Amino acid sequence: MLIPCPHCGPRAAEEFEYGGDASAPPTIPTEATPEQAHAALHLRANPRGPHRELWYHAAGCRQWFTARRDTLTHRFLAEAP
Amino acid sequence: MDIFDPVTAFSFLNLARNALTGHRNWARMWRSPPPQPAYDVVLVGGGGHGLATAYYLAKLHGIRRAAVLEKSWLGGGNTGRNTTMVRSNYLLRPNAMFYEHSLKLWEGLSGELNYNVMFSQRGCITLAHTQSDLTGLMRRGNAMRLNGIDAELLDREALARRLPALDLSPTARLPVLGGLEQPRAGTARHDAVAWGYARAADAMGVDIIQNCEVTGIRREGGRVTGVETTLGFIAAPKVGLCVAGSSGLLGAMAGLRLPIETHVLQAMVSEPVKPVLDAVVASGALHFYASQSDKGELVMGGDIDGHNSYAQRGSPVPLDHAVESCLALFPAFSRLRQLRSWGGLMDMTMDGSPIIAKTPVEGLYLNGGWCYGGFKATPAGGWCFAHTIARDEPHALNAPFSLDRFATGALIDERGAGATPWLH
Ligand SMILES: Cc1cc2nc3c(=O)[nH]c(=O)nc-3n(C[C@H](O)[C@H](O)[C@H](O)COP(=O)(O)OP(=O)(O)OC[C@H]3O[C@@H](n4cnc5c(N)ncnc54)[C@H](O)[C@@H]3O)c2cc1C
Ligand SMILES: [Zn+2]
Repeated sequence: MLIPCPHCGPRAAEEFEYGGDASAPPTIPTEATPEQAHAALHLRANPRGPHRELWYHAAGCRQWFTARRDTLTHRFLAEAP
Repeated sequence: MDIFDPVTAFSFLNLARNALTGHRNWARMWRSPPPQPAYDVVLVGGGGHGLATAYYLAKLHGIRRAAVLEKSWLGGGNTGRNTTMVRSNYLLRPNAMFYEHSLKLWEGLSGELNYNVMFSQRGCITLAHTQSDLTGLMRRGNAMRLNGIDAELLDREALARRLPALDLSPTARLPVLGGLEQPRAGTARHDAVAWGYARAADAMGVDIIQNCEVTGIRREGGRVTGVETTLGFIAAPKVGLCVAGSSGLLGAMAGLRLPIETHVLQAMVSEPVKPVLDAVVASGALHFYASQSDKGELVMGGDIDGHNSYAQRGSPVPLDHAVESCLALFPAFSRLRQLRSWGGLMDMTMDGSPIIAKTPVEGLYLNGGWCYGGFKATPAGGWCFAHTIARDEPHALNAPFSLDRFATGALIDERGAGATPWLH
C-alpha cells in the first residue's frame, strides 16, 4: 500500500504509523464529562467504505495528517469538501 | 432428526453401512427452510458463535423457535479462516475462568455433538527470549495454576526434547531461555465446529438460513422488533449479533457506536510435510505462532495489518514478518514453499477482551470484539450468550465482559496496557 503524504508524496505504508478514526478527538480536555472522555477514548465509527483517519509519517517528515481511505478497497480518496 | 438416532448418527457401524452404498446415502446435515415470519430469537451471523448460541439456546434454555441468519455460507467468516489455536492460558481471572470453561466444553464437544471436531490437545508452548519474558511466563503460569488451570514451565532441555526443530543454539537470532506450556491446549477442525453445532441445533428445530443478509434492525420505542433482510422482514423480540468483524456495521444499524475497530488479520500455510511440530508454538516477542495441521501443513500467523480494513485480504508486510519470525525460530523450515495465505475481519476492542452482553437497545444483544482469539471461545461464547439472551441477564462467567465496562472503567486489559486503542 502506498500512502500519499501531503508533504512527501506517495510513500510505502511501512514508513507510517496509524492514528485511527479522525472523528475521535485526539486529546481530551480536562473539563470533559466522563461520557465525553469515554466516547473519545473508546467509541469508533468503524465504517465499511470511506473513512477519515490519522496517519503519522514516522520514517519520513514526521508530520501527522488526515486522509480519507476506503476501508474495503484500501484506496486513498480525495478529502471530502 | 435426532443426532444420536442409531440409524443416522455418525458411528463406526453407520460408516461401514454407508461405505457399502458408496457414501451416497448419508442424511443431509441440516434442513434449509425458508425463513418464518417471526421467531422468539434471531441470531445474526452463522459462524461458530451464532451456531453455538443457537445450540445452547435450544438445548439448555428450551428456546427452539429461533433462527440463525447468515449472509453467505456457514463458517465462511473468521470461523473458517482462523488458525484454530484453543487454549486458556490467561492471566486475569475473568479471562481465565471464561476460557477455561470453554476448554472444558471443547473436551467433551465431539461426543456431545456426535460430530468429530478433531480437538487435538497437543499442547501450546509460549517461548521466553529474555529473562523478563521468563519471569512474566512464571507469573502467568502461577496465576493459571491458582485458577486451577494446567501450566508447566519448560527449561531448555525440555524444549529441546519437545521441539527438536527449534533453534536453541547460542547463536540463535533470538535466544530461547525457556517456555510455558499448557498441555491441555491444542487445535481443532474449524469447519467441523460450525457444522457440528449447526447440525445439532437444526435437529432441535432451529432454522439455519444461509444467503440471508441482515440489512436493518427495526426498533420501536427503543425496543427491537425484528430485522430487515434480503429475504424480507423477520420479526423477533430478541436479536443477537454474532458477526465478528461486522459488529460495527450491525451496531450502526441500531444506532450504536461501539468500542470496536475492524482490522484484517492474515494467516498462511506451507506445503504439507511429514510430522515435525507436535505442539502449538507461540513467541510473544516476535508476535508469531505456528502449528502443524493434521494434513501436514505448517500453519502460521502473526500481526494484524494495523489499519481499519474490511478487505479480508492484507498486505505482504505482516506475512513477511511472520515468515522471518518463523525462520528465526525454525531455520530448517526455510525451504518450505507457501501454499496459500488469507485474511479475516477482526473485531478489535479497545481493551483486547470480548463483549458478550446486553446493549442499550432493549432486546438487542452483542457477542463480539473477539480480536484474535474468538475461535477457542466458540463453545463458552455461545453458552454464555444463550444464557444472556434467554434470561435477559449475563451469567457470572460473562458479566465482566459487558459493553458498559468501557464507560465505567472496569476494563479487562490482559496486557496491562490500559485503555489504549490499537492495543494489538
Ligand atoms: C487469520 C486468523 C487467525 C485466527 N486465529 C485464531 C486462533 O488461532 N485461535 C482463536 O481462538 N481465534 C483465532 N482467530 C479469531 C477467530 O477466528 C474469531 O474470533 C472467531 O472465529 C469468531 O467467530 P464468530 O462466529 O464470532 O465470527 P465469524 O465466523 O466471522 O462469523 C460471523 C458471520 O457473520 C456473518 N455476517 C456478517 N454480517 C452479516 C449480516 N449483515 N447478515 C448476516 N450475516 C452476517 C458473516 O458472513 C460471518 O459468517 C483468528 C482469526 C483470523 C482471521
Ligand atoms: Zn511525509
